[in-house]
Amino acid sequence: MSEKRATREAYGATLIELAGEGVPVVAVDADLSGSTTTAKFGAAYPDRLFNVGIAEQNMIGTAAGLAVGGKVAFTGSFAVFATGRAYDQIRNTVCYSNLNVKVAPTHAGVTVGPDGGSHQMLEDIALMRVLPGMRVLVPADAVAARAAIRVAATTPGPFYVRLGRTAVPVIYGDDYTFELGKARVLREGAHVTLAACGVMVEQALAAAEELEREGVYAEVLDVSTIKPLDAATITSSALKTGAVVTCEEHSIIGGLGSAVAEVLGELAPTPLVRIGVRDVFGTSGEPAELMAHFGLMGADIASAARDLLARRG
Amino acid sequence: MTGAGRIAAIEAKAARMRYDIVEMIAEAGSGHPGGSLSAADIVAALYFDVMQHDPTRPDWPERDRFVLSKGHAGPVLYAALAEAGYFGRDHLATLRKLGSILQGHPDCLKCSGVEVSTGSLGQGLAIANGMALSLRMDENPARVFCLLGDGELQEGEVWESAMFAPHHGLGAVTAIIDHNGLQIDGACSEVMCLGGVAEKFAAFGWEVRETSGHDIEGLLDALTEPAADPAVPVAIVAYTVKGKGVSFMEGEAGWHGKAPNAEQTTTALGELGIQLEAATTAMIEGGAR
Repeated sequence: MSEKRATREAYGATLIELAGEGVPVVAVDADLSGSTTTAKFGAAYPDRLFNVGIAEQNMIGTAAGLAVGGKVAFTGSFAVFATGRAYDQIRNTVCYSNLNVKVAPTHAGVTVGPDGGSHQMLEDIALMRVLPGMRVLVPADAVAARAAIRVAATTPGPFYVRLGRTAVPVIYGDDYTFELGKARVLREGAHVTLAACGVMVEQALAAAEELEREGVYAEVLDVSTIKPLDAATITSSALKTGAVVTCEEHSIIGGLGSAVAEVLGELAPTPLVRIGVRDVFGTSGEPAELMAHFGLMGADIASAARDLLARRG
Repeated sequence: MTGAGRIAAIEAKAARMRYDIVEMIAEAGSGHPGGSLSAADIVAALYFDVMQHDPTRPDWPERDRFVLSKGHAGPVLYAALAEAGYFGRDHLATLRKLGSILQGHPDCLKCSGVEVSTGSLGQGLAIANGMALSLRMDENPARVFCLLGDGELQEGEVWESAMFAPHHGLGAVTAIIDHNGLQIDGACSEVMCLGGVAEKFAAFGWEVRETSGHDIEGLLDALTEPAADPAVPVAIVAYTVKGKGVSFMEGEAGWHGKAPNAEQTTTALGELGIQLEAATTAMIEGGAR
């Protein structure tokens, strides 16, 4: 687990791979092709990358037109602009027409770091999740990101793939396969369920290690598909452990924690704690500092699990 | 067809469409007559002369594409599509009703012939540009026509897209601005002045043409004359009258988005019926010449 790579690194590389395989992928970026790594795709396929300049609404609209024409259209930019600034375009043009547009921005979450709260998107999962027809993928590492991008490219219709800026440990091996709508049980345990997505999967695994030393056995789920949510796996784990902690680098409102709470509330009411950013904006700092500042570390998850188990009795 | 016959045929289609527009909106009890009527001649010229398309094959790859960026003018598109034969005329009476293929704003998943859903203003030109990029990648010579409202030009995204098309050499794109000068709250010049629309598009690098949007000959010239540079997109500023064809709707912003009552409908259809009859007669005479 020593190798570290940013999930965004998988972006341009995977598009190159897909184009080589004959998938009609194109990318539309908004002056951030170097940061998102779509520039690498553009270097390999110059006639398939279109730069709209600093114009995210036009980025989504142009991608929509390419999709109408039969292309698999990926878009760039940072998560905050790609979702927030172009929300109506994603809703009314992409989703309402059920177009083959894959919104896959980078720089989601507090791990953006020093750029600060204006650039740390913490509400994107919430925004994307409520759109009819939109599938929402949050890969945990670069391997999962590649697989998620491939699934998005080869499954018709709108997708949101959440990618990050900062290098994070590679959790998965080359044998990893991404199953749309399936949560993965990374570690089995009977006492508490830790349901995580994105960079928080690594933290949940660390929390499980810490808890195990105290004799508490945590079941760790990588919920890489937030929508459609794997209600069966989550419910079955919750029924087994009777306690659930959700872990996301996102607002606790509207994201993974909310999605899990909705499902459990209907199917298997279970004591639950949401680890995430608690209804505030981000702030400048180094990614590791910010993870600690916002209580997103493995130790924070372990502590929340202990409290939950004590409260539940 | 001779020049006069060609024009008379389009005028007859436009007259038919105007009648259908008012009738379907009256039946629906809501809708947008003003901007549908102002665009009728433009859309008639496109669907019944300029555009290569085949109602029996809505997905024919070589077809020219039409994007109704001003989606609230759905009735003008529905009237053209029904008249062309994309779906039966019986659907017109279902406009805006539960289960209809004719939604309040065009829905491509429900209605044959609608290339992409529109309704939220400012978004059509970006889509048209993307469609043109896709056609170019496929070495497909089809053209893309995008109809925008003038009030819609207040949306910032329009200008993002206006910048994009010339930069990327999208000569396949033709933007048509239905410049009727009115929007919901009143005159565009008072709500939010557009300045010189033609000058703005020219400054962004478009080849700009200005014509009356009710002069079929002028519209045909503007829509068919090749650009001096084939890589330069064409913007047509079509000066129109909102509510064109119905005396009490013409030039009245209040008719942007409301249906006529029973009495008004009778008056409107009476006027449009006379125009339709005259246009049909002229077409027959023109064709006979």
